Formats: sequence, C-alpha cells, structure tokens
Amino acid sequence: MTNKIQHTDTYTLAPHHRFQWEEAQQNYVILFPEGMVKLHGGAGEILKRLDGKVSVGDVVADLKATFPDAENIENDIVGMFQLAVSKGWLRKI
Amino acid sequence: MTQASLGESVVQKTVHAQQNNGVAASATHTQPLWLLAEVTYRCPLHCAFCYNPTDYDKHTQNELTTEQWIQTLRDARKLGAIQLGISGGEPLLRYDIEDIVIEAKKLGYYSNLITSGVGLTEKRIQAFKDGGLDHIQLSMHDITEEINNFITNTKTFELKKKVAAMIKNHGYPMVLNVVIHRYNIGHMKEILEMAEALGADYIELANTQYYGWSLVNRSQLMPTKEQVDEAEAITNTFRANPNNKMKIFFVVPDYFSDRPKKCMNGWGEVFMIVTANGDVLPCHSARSLPNMQFPNVRDSSLEYSWKDSPAFNKYRGEDWMKEPCRSCSEKKNDLGGCRCQTFLLTGDADAADPVCSKSPHHHLIEKAIEDSKNPTIVAQPIVFRNDKNSKRIIAGELKERVEEFHALP
Repeated sequence: MTNKIQHTDTYTLAPHHRFQWEEAQQNYVILFPEGMVKLHGGAGEILKRLDGKVSVGDVVADLKATFPDAENIENDIVGMFQLAVSKGWLRKI
Repeated sequence: MTQASLGESVVQKTVHAQQNNGVAASATHTQPLWLLAEVTYRCPLHCAFCYNPTDYDKHTQNELTTEQWIQTLRDARKLGAIQLGISGGEPLLRYDIEDIVIEAKKLGYYSNLITSGVGLTEKRIQAFKDGGLDHIQLSMHDITEEINNFITNTKTFELKKKVAAMIKNHGYPMVLNVVIHRYNIGHMKEILEMAEALGADYIELANTQYYGWSLVNRSQLMPTKEQVDEAEAITNTFRANPNNKMKIFFVVPDYFSDRPKKCMNGWGEVFMIVTANGDVLPCHSARSLPNMQFPNVRDSSLEYSWKDSPAFNKYRGEDWMKEPCRSCSEKKNDLGGCRCQTFLLTGDADAADPVCSKSPHHHLIEKAIEDSKNPTIVAQPIVFRNDKNSKRIIAGELKERVEEFHALP
C-alpha cells in the first residue's frame, strides 16, 4: 500500500492514539492499544506540530526554519508521514 | 536536541516500527514500560485455560488496598511505566477500579482494563470514560454459546455480546482477546467474522500457553499441529483481504515451534507485574520457580524491586545460561525461552526451554503432544478454575493431575 503524501494534506493523530513526552525515557512516544512507539527527536518534532490545522507543507516550512542547518529534511519529513500513515498512527483530515 | 539530529533521527525511524503486540521493539531494556496490575484473583468465570496460579485461593483475602495501588501506580510511573494493564481475576470485582483509573490518567498512563465483561454496567463504563480509561480489552471465547459456556464454566455468552456493544457505544476501541484451544480452534474463520461484525479494531488470537490451570488441563486443551496450521492459514487469508480493517495478532503456540519464545520480551526487561497481594514479579508464573524471594510492595520500593532485587536480576541478560544456550548462536533471539515453563517441565530453572529442539529435555514437549492425542488421558475431566478446585489443589488433592510437574502450576 502506498501513501502519497501531498503538501496540502493535513494529518492528525488517529483515534485511540496518544502522543506524549516521556520524561523517564527523554523522548516522545505514541501510545495505542497493546503497544507504543518510541519516537526519535525528529519524528517527535513533526508530531508535536500536528494540531489538526497545519498541513504537511506548513510542517516542512516550520521545521526548515527551526533547523536551518539540517540538510534534506523535507524528504525525511515526508517519509515520516508516510510511515506514520501506513502504520495507522495518523489519519488524514 | 541538535539541529543535525533532526534529519538523522527521522531517517532512523524504521528502527522503531512496532512489532506484534508487545510493547514494541523500541523498549529501552531498562524500564518497566509495561505495568500489569493483577488487582484480584477473584473471578466469576472459571476458565479451564486460566494462567493464574492454581493456588490463587491463598491470595484472595490479602489484596492490596486502594491506597496501596495508587502508590504503586505513582512509583512505577517514576520508573518509566507507561502502559498499564488492569487485570485479574476479574478486576471489576473490585469497586475501586474507578479510582485507579482516575489516578492512572493523572499520571499519564495509557490504561487498559482487561476484563471478561462480567460486572461492566452502563454506570461503570461511563465512570471509566469520564475518569480517562483508554481502552478495554474484552475476552471472548467462541461463536457458539455451547463452547463459550463450557470452557468458562459459566453462562456468559449473551452477556459478552452486550458488553461488546457497550464498549463500542462509549467510543472505545474494540480490543478482543480470544484464547484458542481445541474446542474453538475449528471456528477460527467464524470467530474472525464475528469480531469484524462487532466492529473490533484489534483481535488477539492467543493460542493457549501452558501455565497455571491450562497446564493442569494441557492434554484436554491442546489442539493438533494440523489444527494450528490451518488456523494460522485462515488468519493470514483474513488479513490479506483489504476489506478487513481489523488488526489481528496471532500468538503462536510455542509447543509446535522449534524454538522457544522470548518470554516477556526478556526477564525484567519491560514487564513488571504486581499481583493482588502485592508481590512484584517479572512474569505471571514466576512464583513457581524454586529458591526465589520476590519483593512485595508492602515492604520494598518498586525501584529496589526492579533495579536491585536478586529476583529481578537472576535471569536478566545471558550470564545465567548454561549449555546448550550459552554457546548458541540464536540465544539473543529467545534468551533461552521461558524460565517458568522450563522449571515446571524439567525441574531445572537454568536449563534451555524444552520447547527448543536443541534442548536435552525436548522429549517432554513431544510427550505432551502425544498425551494430548491419547484418548485415556484426554478423557480425564477438565479441572475448572474455581475456589473449590484451588482449595483442593492447595490441600494436596488432585495430585495425579500435577505430579508430573516440578512445582504447582
């Protein structure tokens, strides 16, 4: 299954999923029935920007501005959206 | 975090894809990410396959108080616990689950009530919703009333369907758990169709593992290898159909594997169980092991229990292993398998899990499979999980059903 991510798309956390900072682990996690996913910093930066309003393009622009030295992050960001949608962590609004 | 780490860490994302139904491959291996609170061993059902200890009757009068549970939740959260399972017995037999749920929400747990559904009312489920319970895992047994009522030794078939609807109506994800055994394995397709029709989001098809009551009833419950293969094939066909949205977890029965399971994802790696009476365990059956003193929340801190207690450190890592595990190239895959199963069946807790074809005790598994086809053995009555039978087992009765094991299951 391919998930074509468009810059104009808006994604939010899928139902029954929760995104939160874990102090003991020092990272963000996504929690859902019977499991959890530990997110590395970059993925956490994406997820924490999803407020149900911002588009993929907004996230890319925001992260590029916040981390001007990071190279080629656009592909990584779109890749993260693809993974998260295929895993069912995110749903399109 | 540094700017450069953004790109890098996103690239590394695939490392953190979740696996099956465990707490995921991303476990830190140092924190009890999953806390299972077995709040009571009392239960209105009498399931033949229950993994609770057969001597549970000793622990029905000394349950932790609400305050002790709340303190346990707080202490475990500090250690990193994040997934909370509220289990039993039947947790709804306690009337403080509402308080426990509220505290779990406050602390940031993702909380799960693991229930038979007996005792779940509109009033209680509303209180759980308001209190912040994240999901409810409902046990189902079969598509037929006959098998449901037989294997649970109760008339609970209609009730379960009602409870399933109640869970759905309150906006909860529908998580079903079906323990698979000889009596329902032939209905796999129908069970999956029933779950889909109920609107299940997740279904766990848990092939019976043989601990507690299910070990006593092993010969009566075990399906054949052919039945297991067929059930798995039906599950895979169902999964492959894009119209079926339900996530299916198929827990493979280890007796029919060549290699053991990585039990609890490793001893003291991610799971911590606190039992009804406050014992702190790395796995459900650990109290069956010999010469082990498990800490109890009444007199030890959870931090000590997890990090420093001899019991939790006993089988961490690989140093305890002996041959054939010690020099085995696959030892990291399964960490030698399950300590409790190994001891119960072989009498040596440090040996390789007899499920492994490299184990010198592997014939015990082959014999168990043969026994399950022996009409004389199979004709022995099922010992249902109830207070009366637990008392009998504690009193030394039913010896013929437990004498082949090296501890009371």
